[in-house]
Amino acid sequence: MVFPYTSPMHNSSQNAAIHPQKSRAASREDAGREPVIAVESLAKEYRVYDKPEGLLASISGLFQRKSRIVHALRGVNLSVGRGEFVALLGPNGAGKTTFLKLLSGIITPTRGTAQVLGHVPWERADDFRRRFALVMGQRNQLWWDLPAAESFRLHKEIYRIDTARFERTRDELVDMLDVRKILLQPVRELSLGERMKLELVAALLHEPQVLFLDEPTIGLDVVAQHTLHRFLTHVQAQRQMTVVLTTHYMKDVAALCERVVVITHGDILYDGSLDEIVDRFTTHKIVTLDLDDTPSLERMERFGFPCEIRGPQVILRIDRPRIAEVLPEILRSERVRDISVEDVPLEEIVAALFRSEAAQPPTTHQEARA
Amino acid sequence: MTAATPSAAAHSRPRPFEGLRMWWMMLVISLEERLAYRGDFILGTLMRFLPIVTQLFLWTAVFSATNAADIAGYSRNDIVAYYLLTMITRAFSSMPGLAGGIARSVRDGSVKKYLVQPIDYVSFLLASRIAHKLVYYAVAVFPFAGVFFLCRSFFPPVPDAATIAIFLLSLLLSFLLGFFLEATLGMLGFWFLEVSSIVFAYMLLQYLLSGHMFPLDMLAGIGTGIPGVSLGSVVHWLPFEYTAYFPAAIWLGKIHGTELIRALVIEAVWVVVMAVACRIAWRRGTRRYSAFGG
Repeated sequence: MVFPYTSPMHNSSQNAAIHPQKSRAASREDAGREPVIAVESLAKEYRVYDKPEGLLASISGLFQRKSRIVHALRGVNLSVGRGEFVALLGPNGAGKTTFLKLLSGIITPTRGTAQVLGHVPWERADDFRRRFALVMGQRNQLWWDLPAAESFRLHKEIYRIDTARFERTRDELVDMLDVRKILLQPVRELSLGERMKLELVAALLHEPQVLFLDEPTIGLDVVAQHTLHRFLTHVQAQRQMTVVLTTHYMKDVAALCERVVVITHGDILYDGSLDEIVDRFTTHKIVTLDLDDTPSLERMERFGFPCEIRGPQVILRIDRPRIAEVLPEILRSERVRDISVEDVPLEEIVAALFRSEAAQPPTTHQEARA
Repeated sequence: MTAATPSAAAHSRPRPFEGLRMWWMMLVISLEERLAYRGDFILGTLMRFLPIVTQLFLWTAVFSATNAADIAGYSRNDIVAYYLLTMITRAFSSMPGLAGGIARSVRDGSVKKYLVQPIDYVSFLLASRIAHKLVYYAVAVFPFAGVFFLCRSFFPPVPDAATIAIFLLSLLLSFLLGFFLEATLGMLGFWFLEVSSIVFAYMLLQYLLSGHMFPLDMLAGIGTGIPGVSLGSVVHWLPFEYTAYFPAAIWLGKIHGTELIRALVIEAVWVVVMAVACRIAWRRGTRRYSAFGG
């Protein structure tokens, strides 16, 4: 482990600013209760067969196949309380989707245990399956050739939702996402964004207590992403639903999640609040200047690292500890028209976080077992 | 939506006919889905009648070449009636796309839905297949009625009510047998990436041994190498003949008495065996899927 930072709970005070609608009292009250998701040293290994190149090699491959073990998940621990909204981050192949599949009972682990809502997910008890939902990919629950309204009716029976409750929940969800006019159109004729919205409605009809989302905003435009963010925030807060989502978009994380779990190479690298990531992994700030004249490179290097000088516009990278002393100096010695100070984009921070681990493949005790 | 009470309590309250309602809904949804492709369906139904025309020509040629009045107890008229009747049986027992569809759902991962949702895949497949068939019959009844009316002179007199009842029972069993046979083949998709060659081999056996190609009475005289055991008697113990030959033979009065009862029992046993095999394949298959893929 390179980063042994595991904060127990989201303890940052800035969180309240990002999630004004979330009641802090509720999560404090839940902290003492049984966790909704409890995972202990959960590991999943796959045996994969390498397909050799070339015809001759393929033929010999028929008799003797070369295989190796892939450690999709290397014994992770995680505890999620009721009403938490957790983002699973990590590069492709880090084990995020494997983790979600284990938690929803699609696959069984090689080692370790997990409890979701008091059930072992891969036993697939009906009582468990009626209380959670998984949205994975685009063609998931809706019938391709039928209008979504029909799929919803089937869900009503599958999940045994009583009629009054079904109608109320459906209308509420449909109005929130503004999808009423496309309910009677065959799903295959709809756009990606529209299908995703309807998938979410289908997943939420039975009022699951736990929701797993695998890359819910992939391929969506900015407007649709924003709609989904507002929708998920609202429903989650209203129902005190526990949500775990995987994503590659930092916008999702910033808009939705108070807690971030970073997975790389099947290990949990970081577990804590988003603000803490920014706090710990931001080494510098970005200062953008609009000056009266075009400065020389040397003139700017006094303040920090000049990323870009385009005429009178300058972008500087300044080490965080120095920012308080450098800013007054800039204002004193330069004729500044405009100035802004920003954090490094979240994408960059997280990319650096992924890279720092990727640069050093883990040589932990788990590897020895392989 | 109060946060304090787990919402699941609201839906798990038992309601009368819970299972039936779910079945009904699965049926309705599948019906609607089939109807989305009605054009394709009507054409497909009519095309099914084409092969029988070539069969009739072939047998006309056989009869005129041999100059015999009957072959293995079948007159020329009987042969025509037999082929038309096997078309009805096949309309019950054939399951186009079932095995391939199951294998595809494993390959492309859509089978996950049935692991995540509280729904039984085999029941679901059965309900949607019933719907599939109902739509098919609603469309096919017209060309069938037309052909049977035109060919009415080839048929022997309509059998008595008891025979008709047994005929209908054997059709129902042939539907179930066909369903569970093909569903089990489809479940092999959990072990093999592609089942189309297995399905092809099955289709071939089925075509030869079900009576789809010729009345199975013609196998009675063919030996198997074991003294006293003809190919025909072996075939009676296999499931295939119950998906084509058996109901047709009942209608034509070729099977009677204890022989008929025995055959019905064999058919029913095969239905049970295949239903259990299908269930086991599903269990084992999903276990394997969970362990290796997902």
